[in-house]
Amino acid sequence: MRKVSIIGVGQTTFGEHWSLSLRDLVTEAGIKALENANVEGKDVQALFGGCMASGRFIGQEHIGALMADQMGMNPLPAYRTEAACASGGVALRLAYMAIAGGMYDVVAVGGMEKMTDVSTEDAAVALAGAGDQESELFNGATFPAIYALMARRHMHDFGTTEEQMALCAVKNHGHAVHNPYAQFRKAITVGDVMKSGYIASPLKLLDCSPLTDGAAAMVLCASDKANEYTDKPVEIAASAQASDTLALHERRSLTGLHATEVAAKDAYKQAKITPKDIDLLECHDCFSIAQIMALEDLGFCKKGTGGRFVEEGNTDLGGVIPTNLSGGLKAVGHPVGASGVREAIDVVRQLRGDAPAPVQIKDAEIGLSHNVGGSGATVVVHAFKRGF
Amino acid sequence: MREALPLMWRNIPERYNLLGTRCETCGKSYFPQRKVCPTCRRKGKLAEAKMPETGKIVSYSQVFVAPSGFEHDTPYFLAVVELDNKATLLTQIVDSKAEAVKEGAKVEMVFRKIYEDSPEGAIAYGYKFRVIP
Repeated sequence: MRKVSIIGVGQTTFGEHWSLSLRDLVTEAGIKALENANVEGKDVQALFGGCMASGRFIGQEHIGALMADQMGMNPLPAYRTEAACASGGVALRLAYMAIAGGMYDVVAVGGMEKMTDVSTEDAAVALAGAGDQESELFNGATFPAIYALMARRHMHDFGTTEEQMALCAVKNHGHAVHNPYAQFRKAITVGDVMKSGYIASPLKLLDCSPLTDGAAAMVLCASDKANEYTDKPVEIAASAQASDTLALHERRSLTGLHATEVAAKDAYKQAKITPKDIDLLECHDCFSIAQIMALEDLGFCKKGTGGRFVEEGNTDLGGVIPTNLSGGLKAVGHPVGASGVREAIDVVRQLRGDAPAPVQIKDAEIGLSHNVGGSGATVVVHAFKRGF
Repeated sequence: MREALPLMWRNIPERYNLLGTRCETCGKSYFPQRKVCPTCRRKGKLAEAKMPETGKIVSYSQVFVAPSGFEHDTPYFLAVVELDNKATLLTQIVDSKAEAVKEGAKVEMVFRKIYEDSPEGAIAYGYKFRVIP
């Protein structure tokens, strides 16, 4: 297999973009990534784009063709991936495989979602399609409710508290203050979270990532050709993915994502690293409890200790594993198809030294991105290594 | 919400009577029904099986913001229930005191309306559970 590097990244601001359509968002992110990579459109050989539910949100399918068409890149082959909120991570992984396997030298990867054209209730229905339609949504489950079931059991088994969960949101908001692309550049307190009202107990409004419009894109290149375009390539040191039951109730455990454990183990083996070697993490905090479980399932702390691990400052800048220095899904926003690519981009920025100064880790070498689809039926983990 | 009528109709035996499947090779029960046993795969032999109508709450949540179709039911309890044969399902908990809804509480199935599609539309029925007093 050939080694693969990221040579350019770009994204739109994340937020409620009333005046922009999906095609506006994806072309803006795509052009920014190509410019950042110093790549001509004619050098790109294929497009991969993650998008979860454009059919439900804007009535548009056939997103692969839409990307190629709107980017003016016909007749390039273009692919849409769909794996719920892991659509972007899966797009990145397929693009990686296409280069690693020798099919292409340069490809572009995108992730996108336009979520605010529909009502909140209709958005909840579209998102619930990430779970099991016939056994979860039919019975009135929403995504916050499904994660709430995990949170409640985590509290029961390990004594995790609502305040510890709130702290994840507080820390992520604190980071997003510095992120020019974030939806919420506003610090919040634990008190704000605790007062924010239950969506599905024990999860409150400020435990939940928002509805967001946005797109993110990157350009991948065979590592042996990366220096033709950039002197700051970032290598993909591992790409791993695992699956689990679509419905939460059929899992072996409600207090962790087995697919995260499997994908992480595979990724660490590929990259020949352990959690101790990792300088930063962008994890999938669609809900605050998801960040606590991710820290455990990825091996940064023991099962059941994630809440305390966060409380003790281990995920802060300067801590054991600085986590979601971008602001995470909670504060950057969560355009579901885009988040997997956005998480990877924020790791790349850190490794290149391009992160906002107040949250830049000095000389970061290795970073991890973690992208979850649904309640954990798909998990994608990528490890990145500074290539210069 | 709005499940297509054929889909709602296909699921009637399962949802009205808790009809799941049991693998005759490994003995494990599944609800909802599966065509393939994930443990035994093609060596498995799945047969329709009535699930027990009692079990216990594994985890629960009170839902305050509902998807369309359930707006008028809020707040309502959702729970993961482990049935007496170890099969698990997701269900609403009804007819129970809020303080009785907790991990370990014994529950039993009741037959209830799940939602109405529209004033003239189809009504979906199925299982909910209540805490055994």
